[in-house]
Amino acid sequence: MATIEAHAPAHAHAGPARPTGIRDWLSTVDHKKIGLLYGVTALFFFLVGGIEALLIRIQLAKPENAFINPDLYNQIFTMHGTTMVFLVGMPIAVAMFNYFVPLQIGARDVAFPRLNALSYWIFLFGAIFMNMSFLFGAAPNGGWFGYANLSSTQYSPGLNMDFWGLGLQILGVASIMGGVNFITTIINMRAPGMRMMRVPLFSWMALVTSFLMITALPVLAVALFLMTFDRFWGTRFFDVAAGGDPVIWQHLFWMFGHPEVYILILPAFGIVSEIIPTNSRKPLFGYAVMVYSGVLIGIIGWGVWAHHMFATGMGPIADAFFTISTMIIAIPTGVKIFNWVATMWGGKIRFNTAMLYAVGMVATFTIGGISGVMHATSPHNLQQTDTYFVVAHFHYVLVGGLILAIFGSFYHWFPKITGRMMDERLGKANFWIYFIGFNLTFMPMHWIGLLGMPRRIFTYGSDLNLAGLNQLATAGAFIQAIGVILLVVNIVKSAKRGVKAGPNPWGAATLEWATESPPREYNFAKIPTVHSREPLWVEAEQIERDARGEPEPMHMPPNSYWPLFTAVGVTLTCVLFMAPSWWEPLIGLAWTFIGVVNWAYEPT
Amino acid sequence: MAQTDAHALHPPTSTGLNTWKLGFWVFLSSETLFFGSFIATYMVYKSASVVGPFPTEILDIPLTSISTFVLLMSSLAVVVGLDGIQKGKRKQALAGLFTTVLLGALFLGFQAYEFTHFYHAGLTLQTNLFGSSFFILTGFHGAHVSIGIIWLFILFMDILRGPMVPEKHALQVEVAGLYWHFVDIVWIVIFTLIYLLA
Repeated sequence: MATIEAHAPAHAHAGPARPTGIRDWLSTVDHKKIGLLYGVTALFFFLVGGIEALLIRIQLAKPENAFINPDLYNQIFTMHGTTMVFLVGMPIAVAMFNYFVPLQIGARDVAFPRLNALSYWIFLFGAIFMNMSFLFGAAPNGGWFGYANLSSTQYSPGLNMDFWGLGLQILGVASIMGGVNFITTIINMRAPGMRMMRVPLFSWMALVTSFLMITALPVLAVALFLMTFDRFWGTRFFDVAAGGDPVIWQHLFWMFGHPEVYILILPAFGIVSEIIPTNSRKPLFGYAVMVYSGVLIGIIGWGVWAHHMFATGMGPIADAFFTISTMIIAIPTGVKIFNWVATMWGGKIRFNTAMLYAVGMVATFTIGGISGVMHATSPHNLQQTDTYFVVAHFHYVLVGGLILAIFGSFYHWFPKITGRMMDERLGKANFWIYFIGFNLTFMPMHWIGLLGMPRRIFTYGSDLNLAGLNQLATAGAFIQAIGVILLVVNIVKSAKRGVKAGPNPWGAATLEWATESPPREYNFAKIPTVHSREPLWVEAEQIERDARGEPEPMHMPPNSYWPLFTAVGVTLTCVLFMAPSWWEPLIGLAWTFIGVVNWAYEPT
Repeated sequence: MAQTDAHALHPPTSTGLNTWKLGFWVFLSSETLFFGSFIATYMVYKSASVVGPFPTEILDIPLTSISTFVLLMSSLAVVVGLDGIQKGKRKQALAGLFTTVLLGALFLGFQAYEFTHFYHAGLTLQTNLFGSSFFILTGFHGAHVSIGIIWLFILFMDILRGPMVPEKHALQVEVAGLYWHFVDIVWIVIFTLIYLLA
């Protein structure tokens, strides 16, 4: 058992020494290392998804272009959507949760450290499996929403949609386990005195997001099971000739898919709610209301799925219900936006790069929210659906919302993770180039869509007068790419040669800033007791002494290879469903079983 | 493993609840949505089949009532077993756990019989929508029962082979028991909706 003795330095363990180098990374159960693994992996797939986006934009730069053939185009736009949602948006938020939630709430690790490692490995293998499809020339090609009957064997023969169905099934397992872990951590492992109404907004939004993950992803799992059974074993759930109903797919998919939107955006709300008060040097305005509105968004987010289906023909009553329920979400969201503005009001604002990103996020997200209300109006929706207007809307929400916030969080928290500051001059260039590129890409799409250009179609006629706006969008996409390259350059350069940061370079208020940068393996020498919402502004002396002083006796779990082993089993089981006979998946199940049993009997 | 040592060194939890148990409750709430979606799918499709056999022609309510009773009794048995561990009565604990595993296996036997019977009566996964949604729902339930049986059997063997450690085993059996009761409750919903309302 790896027990840290009283007054011993961090690396002195009574038990076996921790492995070093690559073996440590393969067997680590430390939430900060797992957070880094998640972050680096997600950033890698962000580049992959970005390249896919550039290919789409090159193809659409001029009418009747023959750069990419229609079949490959289907694969690329499907994989762009799938990658950005499942391999970038969710894991990059989970990376931030992993690193900062335990630090913010005053815990030594998450509730289930080995489960946390398992989530990561399953996510990684799922991501690799999904992208392996390119090597077979069979990347998913039925859209990231996998609509029945487009995704049936009749219209999607070949392995393409099998890769999609099984890959998402694997990724879903990782997300559910992650959600269970974060909920338990936040509810049960807060520092003494940290009541729920003192938990930092970022951790609060992590909690709401986790609830959405554990409730939305099982529904996706069921939808995917129905689809894979249709494809593999000849059931006919979505076959109209057998009495099946393709609309059931849409209900199940969007019952997952709509909460998913909030799984992606709530972490961004959390991040912005940390950056704005810190750099306005004022407590967050209306903390309690910010918490309640976040919870409310999570709840209402569940009741509005069918606004993705106005064009399916559900009838006027259902349309009216989902129009109204969708519009209601604008209220708690509007509350948040006004509270961010009110937080800045009268503050001593410092416009560092993180703050630029946060303010940029509030502005662009508002635009995305307004075009969202436009869609929610069902008569409008019938005109706009499946056009580039929709593409413009959700990119304003997901790129202008989530990605800007995530980039801001890199600048905000980089000093904590690496102990070094990011280059502010490069950072501001990075922000402005990315921000301008982003608006140049997606703003014209509103008009492209209103002029009637459908999405998902590989080209358009030269007589439609759409070339100019499309070229603008393509130029914007390349400017964005330059912004991303600058960001990566800044990360690599600053990690090596950035100015030393110290524990709290921004003068922030939350607990993670009480630790050294980077934090020790066990986070806090002694778990601090908190008495306020802004501990480092109100009671810094005591908290910092606890966080950085002499370590108290404690128990930290040892490294383990069983998460990695078990993740191989889970992935193998899913992959072997593609094998010809029924018994092959049993190999994967047996492998998983061995992993789980050894896991259960391993000392922790 | 010095469970007690670890507890002494762990800080008390914010809610006073055991972290393992809380985490498992959270996981079960996720499972609710999983089964809820399958059940909803069944309800939508149960009368949508264009060819027979239809539910009323094939479902055997008396037989399934017996298997439901067997499963319900297994929930009682796991409680008896847990009570044995908590009171330090090893024999009661072993008897309770063994009975649970046995009754669970008996339930699976009923299910295997039912599935084969349906197969011979012409209802398969591919026959019609009733068959598809029936087999996928009860099949996933059966898979959950199987996992529960394996889990409880491992715990049974653990207590049988070594000394019974009440603090450790009580928590382990309680968590496995939560799972078992959950699977049981899901079956009651399935039984009511599929069989009794057919």
